[in-house]
Amino acid sequence: MPEFTEELVMRLYKTMYTIRSFEEKVSEYAGMGMIPGFMIHLYVGQEAIATGVCAALREDDYIVSTHRGHGHLIAKGASTGRMMAELKGKETGYCRGRGGSMHITSVEVGGLGANGIVGAGLVIAPGAALSARLRGTDQVTVCFFGDGASNQGTFHEGLNLAATWNLPVVFVCENNGYGFSTPQRVHQSIRRVSKRAESYDIPGITVDGDNVLEVYLAASWAVERAREGGGPTLLEATTFRWHGHFEDDEDDYRSAEEKAEFPKHDPIEHLERRCIEQGLTSTSQLERIRSEVDEEIERACAFAEESEEPSPEDDAGLIFSGGER
Amino acid sequence: MAEVKTAETQFLTYFEAIRLALKEELQLDPAVFLMGEDIRFSIFGPTKDLHKEVDESRVLDTPITESAFVGAAVGAAITGMRPVVEIMFADFITVCMDQIINQAAKIRFMTGGQVKVPLVIRAPGGMLTSSAAQHSQCLEALFMHIPGLKICVPAGPVDAKGLLKSAIRDDDPVLFFEHKALYFASDEVPMDPQFTVPLGQAAVLREGEDVTIFAVSGMVSSALSAANSLAREGISAELIDPRTLVPLDKQTLLDSVRKTGRLVTVEEGCLTGGVGAEITALVTSEAWDDLKGPVIRVAAKDQPVPFSPVLEAACAPNAQTIASAARECVGNS
Repeated sequence: MPEFTEELVMRLYKTMYTIRSFEEKVSEYAGMGMIPGFMIHLYVGQEAIATGVCAALREDDYIVSTHRGHGHLIAKGASTGRMMAELKGKETGYCRGRGGSMHITSVEVGGLGANGIVGAGLVIAPGAALSARLRGTDQVTVCFFGDGASNQGTFHEGLNLAATWNLPVVFVCENNGYGFSTPQRVHQSIRRVSKRAESYDIPGITVDGDNVLEVYLAASWAVERAREGGGPTLLEATTFRWHGHFEDDEDDYRSAEEKAEFPKHDPIEHLERRCIEQGLTSTSQLERIRSEVDEEIERACAFAEESEEPSPEDDAGLIFSGGER
Repeated sequence: MAEVKTAETQFLTYFEAIRLALKEELQLDPAVFLMGEDIRFSIFGPTKDLHKEVDESRVLDTPITESAFVGAAVGAAITGMRPVVEIMFADFITVCMDQIINQAAKIRFMTGGQVKVPLVIRAPGGMLTSSAAQHSQCLEALFMHIPGLKICVPAGPVDAKGLLKSAIRDDDPVLFFEHKALYFASDEVPMDPQFTVPLGQAAVLREGEDVTIFAVSGMVSSALSAANSLAREGISAELIDPRTLVPLDKQTLLDSVRKTGRLVTVEEGCLTGGVGAEITALVTSEAWDDLKGPVIRVAAKDQPVPFSPVLEAACAPNAQTIASAARECVGNS
């Protein structure tokens, strides 16, 4: 069982707050029309999941992400400056402005891609895990997806393959109760996606996805199990999506009463409260972390703003690598 | 023509040539591995019992889940492996279109070049003895529309071996369309493990002056018969096998059409939106002044492939329909 040292807890806090601060800035920019496009899916409210899961990973482990992928990438260690530059479509962005929010990734930190197709990652992740096995490494692959994606055929195919081949994958279902505007009760007959693990004879666990410590404990167990050859786990983390499906979404399918509940489940406040109650830290230390992060995000924005636009002439060279072994 | 580095050759069938290419590449590179449905059993033979001759952990029978194993191949390719997957019948490729079109073809571009996708998808297509509408299609043209995919269409054992080796060594996704009716065709195949046929080089199988016939995959041998028959009537046909549709050897095609002034395209896929449509557009826009008349496209009828042997034969082009088209093209009909 991992120990919650002060260093670890402060790191979790800082990561969650970095995601929140980044996403709030993106929301502000989006509202001002300062980010191209409208496909901007924010992670506000779900920070504890990416943070707790990625804290259980090594630098060389992989994550396969979703359309709501900013939080995953920040938690895996990506630079907020290069991320903000990508969101603004700049040449200095991780994908040189070719991907944007929905396809943002940093392969150097182990990100194998955010994805615009719901459920696509569920079959890519087992391949990365198989690759690790064939190459003789003990890397683990985490596959993030939502309750909506758990109805795609790729959910069944990916879990079946990973379970049958005993691959080192941790499937992390972020159950925020909605597939776009469709509530879970309308899109599936079950409440707990983890129940489906039984069909593949693998462990299925549901945790409070707004409690980063709980997420971290469960993820650590599943990741170590996968690393030691125990095979895949289906880890469900329940949470709330505070914003609309994307930033232009009017979100009128959820009532004011329902939305008023979200802040009661704030994962950041939850950790703050616990830290102070247990004397693990002080209000001033948390304040210091927050102001450091806010400054980092300001620098990220400035970097993105000052960066150059990409050149259409470079597109042709990115379609094929042109290389061979 | 293929550069042969050694004189040592052996008569092999198309499926044996593919098997040899796979075995050699598995032995040459530990990153290469195979996945697919029932590939150890291997309905057409290319991978039959291959696991007994190489590291068996790299020849994997999968569940019947095209999305899963093609998706997994994408995941493996972007993390340092060189997967070669088999779609048992090319028609089944429609089950994993997302993995091919939205993932494999785009992931390099979408990530700004952060990854390579050295992935080969082998898919046997074409008509073979009453296989009916879902086991007979030639779907090459569908994928020519998607930037980011390379497409091989080997028409004989030598190209099957040489192109497959190039495809496996290539750092980009390659769709490798085999033709089921060719599996037992044989030819003298170079045994040198370093023998390859480069992607993007057409073969001029027969030189001629009066008309260019551009034939794809299973139609190449029919086109050759047609050309021989036309020669007896005094019509000199030049036969071009593109060998890869992407990249396309435009130069060889355009040089030929500039010489003959006439073009017939031949494919086993459907006419509308087919390979011939793209080739016709290319030639009419780049060699208009050299054309002496309209391009004629020979293709399968625009209909699902029927089961009845009589109906199936009427659906596909053959040497006779190709020869008729060529005669019409040179005004000899």
